[in-house]
Amino acid sequence: MPLGAPPSLHALAPQECAIKAASPPKGAPAGDVGDVAVQLRGITKRFPGVVANHDIDITVRRGTVHALVGENGAGKSTLMKILYGMQRPDEGTIELDGAPVELHSPADAISRGVGMVHQHFMLADNFTVLENVVLGAEKLHGIGGKARARIKEISDAYGLGVRPDVMVEDLGVADRQRVEILKVLYRGARTLILDEPTAVLVPQEVDALFANLRDLKAEGLTVLFISHKLGEVLAVADDITVIRRGTTVASVVPSETDPRRLAELMVGSELPSPETRESTVTDTGMLTLDGVRLTATDVDGVERAVLDDIGLRIRKGEVLGIAGVEGNGQAELVEAIMGMRDPDAGTITLDGADISHAPTRKRREDGIGYIPEDRHRHGLLLEAPLWENRILGHVTEPPNSKGGLLNPAAARRDTERIVATYDVRTPGIEVTAASLSGGNQQKLIVGREMSHHPKLLIAAHPTRGVDVGAQAQIWDQIRTARREGLAVLLISADLDELIGLSDTLRVMYRGRLVADADPATITPEELGSAMTGAASGHLEHPAEDAAEADEAEVTTGGEDR
Amino acid sequence: MKKFDKERVLLAVAAPLLALVAAFLLTALVLAATGKAPFNAFGIMFDYGVKADSQVYILNKATTYYLAGLAVAIGFRMNLFNIGVDGQYRLAAFFAAVVGGALELPGLVQIPLIILVAMLVGAMWASIAGLLKVYRGVSEVISTIMLNSLSGILISYLLVDGRLADLDKQTNIVATDPLPSSSHFFTIPAGGDLDPVFGFIVVAALAGVGFWFLLGRTRFGFDLRAVGRSESAAQASGVDVKRMVLTSMLLSGGMAGLIGMPTLLNDTHQFTSDFPAGIGFTGIAIALLGRNNPVGIALAAVLWGFLERGANRLEFEGYDKEIVGVMQGVIVLCVVIAYELVRRYGLKRQQQRVGAELAAQARKSEKKKEVAV
Repeated sequence: MPLGAPPSLHALAPQECAIKAASPPKGAPAGDVGDVAVQLRGITKRFPGVVANHDIDITVRRGTVHALVGENGAGKSTLMKILYGMQRPDEGTIELDGAPVELHSPADAISRGVGMVHQHFMLADNFTVLENVVLGAEKLHGIGGKARARIKEISDAYGLGVRPDVMVEDLGVADRQRVEILKVLYRGARTLILDEPTAVLVPQEVDALFANLRDLKAEGLTVLFISHKLGEVLAVADDITVIRRGTTVASVVPSETDPRRLAELMVGSELPSPETRESTVTDTGMLTLDGVRLTATDVDGVERAVLDDIGLRIRKGEVLGIAGVEGNGQAELVEAIMGMRDPDAGTITLDGADISHAPTRKRREDGIGYIPEDRHRHGLLLEAPLWENRILGHVTEPPNSKGGLLNPAAARRDTERIVATYDVRTPGIEVTAASLSGGNQQKLIVGREMSHHPKLLIAAHPTRGVDVGAQAQIWDQIRTARREGLAVLLISADLDELIGLSDTLRVMYRGRLVADADPATITPEELGSAMTGAASGHLEHPAEDAAEADEAEVTTGGEDR
Repeated sequence: MKKFDKERVLLAVAAPLLALVAAFLLTALVLAATGKAPFNAFGIMFDYGVKADSQVYILNKATTYYLAGLAVAIGFRMNLFNIGVDGQYRLAAFFAAVVGGALELPGLVQIPLIILVAMLVGAMWASIAGLLKVYRGVSEVISTIMLNSLSGILISYLLVDGRLADLDKQTNIVATDPLPSSSHFFTIPAGGDLDPVFGFIVVAALAGVGFWFLLGRTRFGFDLRAVGRSESAAQASGVDVKRMVLTSMLLSGGMAGLIGMPTLLNDTHQFTSDFPAGIGFTGIAIALLGRNNPVGIALAAVLWGFLERGANRLEFEGYDKEIVGVMQGVIVLCVVIAYELVRRYGLKRQQQRVGAELAAQARKSEKKKEVAV
């Protein structure tokens, strides 16, 4: 019983014993453990058009890794922004080290020892690590030798391995993340918030990060870890709080749960399933890529192939899923098919016509529907009203225009129809796209693209940042589209979505399609190992002689779903 | 949906009004600081500004300013900062004057020809900046500033006795050959012994209607505005952004070519070394003040003319006429600030309203569900 936590201090009394038994802290000073570092009580945040936080209660013990899990759009990030002073709660209290606090800004939070590592790094590429770390914190240890010494000291203490004089642009993703962590520690944080830190990492890097987190914990620091990847959460967390639809629904410890139960807690009883039933795949090809190659100049000025010899074929009524760790060429693949980038070699054929170098508008007119990965950058005019957004991308097609002239009346009428048919929750079509929640923006985009009866639908992360209700609707739309004979190219980081919706799966790694799999038999784990380049070719279960082991793997493998 | 519209109109009017009030207050402070009675100065300006001859003056000035505002606004609508309107219109007016002075055709042919030359020269001069931006990534701000300078040098090189101009021995003024009287644009008599109103005001009004139609009602205009709102989204939607940059630079330059025409065709009938300068920069202020909207720009142009008319009078009354310059500067600053404030407020307010309405809807449906259970 290495944990000396007095039960009274821990609010989640039922799990108390389990925690003591389950999570032996690695060298945590006994005196620290059990103190409450962060306590959130009754936090409520009303927010225009998105899932609000309401009645959130979380207790985070000092010297632990506390995971906050929940689906995209469940309200995790909002909650952490509240704790980091970026948002003010409408109701509820925040206590740090037992004292109630009001956080007005991130500076407030930092001065009270709360630091945040954002999902998207905030580093200046053309500065060295040292310069990035001291930027904005020059008063602490200056900008010279003393600062360098302090960085070294922190880096050594927590095993971060940060070199102060390297340019940030020369660092990989994992190293940059460590610089971000160091930046926060340098400013004196005792509680670290990590927002989806593993989203950009490959598994080996994830392991290294977790080792760092254990070091931090051992030194008595507290880590709040936001994630929706249950396997990782179970591997690293001491306590887990589940958030669903903006409120805390459960507090559990890893030893008492498994991924399946955690997933059920996350999505609630009405677990939407991306599964498609009968196959609608036909023999008619719709999109064919052959030997497509695209090069780009990376930050070091080296020309590198971002797409290398890509060949694929999508038939009518088929959903082709592309799996892969983000940044392995999926975005470039979409841009090449959309005509936003011109391939250096190879051909792209749509419904028998060569469109390799056709302009984007021509491709859209020819029947490519596009649900972009980043809807704010590529799918919407945020400050334009909904009906103008309905025209975007289809300005040359009816009902939006006739000849060279716009037809605003018809576009408005059709927007009303889309809003009604696709259940876009909005008070009207004159409001700007920016005032809708992510899910409703996405439903508008899906509605717009489907309204032009595309032959091919490109859906890049179609349910990212979308609430559960909208997610189910969007899945339905894709299924319907497929039944009607559309070819769908689906790119997603959500392996369950990929496996559930796809008829065929391909794995992308470093700009190449390295493996293919049958979604009926593949497990997320097998897919995951191919995504890191560990497996290639046709992914299949071992033959009958390994049937037993195979079965065992299926049971554990299914857990992540 | 009507109430949202009403509120939007209110907000749209609120911004310039707020800016003007703030600007007048600030100017009053400046006047008071120099030991002059501020409201007396405003009174003088107003009394003088509404006189009949002042009105003609203001309209004629505003015609030029309106065209300048439109030229700048075309760029603004797609996030292009065409600072080069100044150089474009001066060069355009110069070559138009040269061509006009060299020919003697019937007015019906020659006047359109002169205007066409002006628009082509303006567009071509602007296209240099457009090409540099599209093919070499040169910021249009930098290149158009340089081109302004170059156009000045080019004009002073060509506007020399024996090159494209002649020296009038009596007045010692270098000018291009005057336009034949057949090329004088019609004027609208203002009655009495007042100066007539420039007939070019009709062309300016048509240009305003054309601007509105092109941007608001055509596919091309939609593409242009889409680029202005989000270049990445426009590109993904199928707009050829590069071509759009070039096209709108040409349009902006062509419109800039018209700026010098009221002066050339209705007033001076030749290009002299004291041909009005700096109107391209005035156009930036007017486009800002008028929110890049053809009606707003018209109001802004009239206001600008009014202020300048008042400035002349203030000098007579013992005030520093620079005070109007201060006022114009303060107005532009206030306008930029007020628009941004109102824009943010409007967006936030709309988000809140949408949130509130949706929450109300959700509550209603939830209640229904409860009843059903």
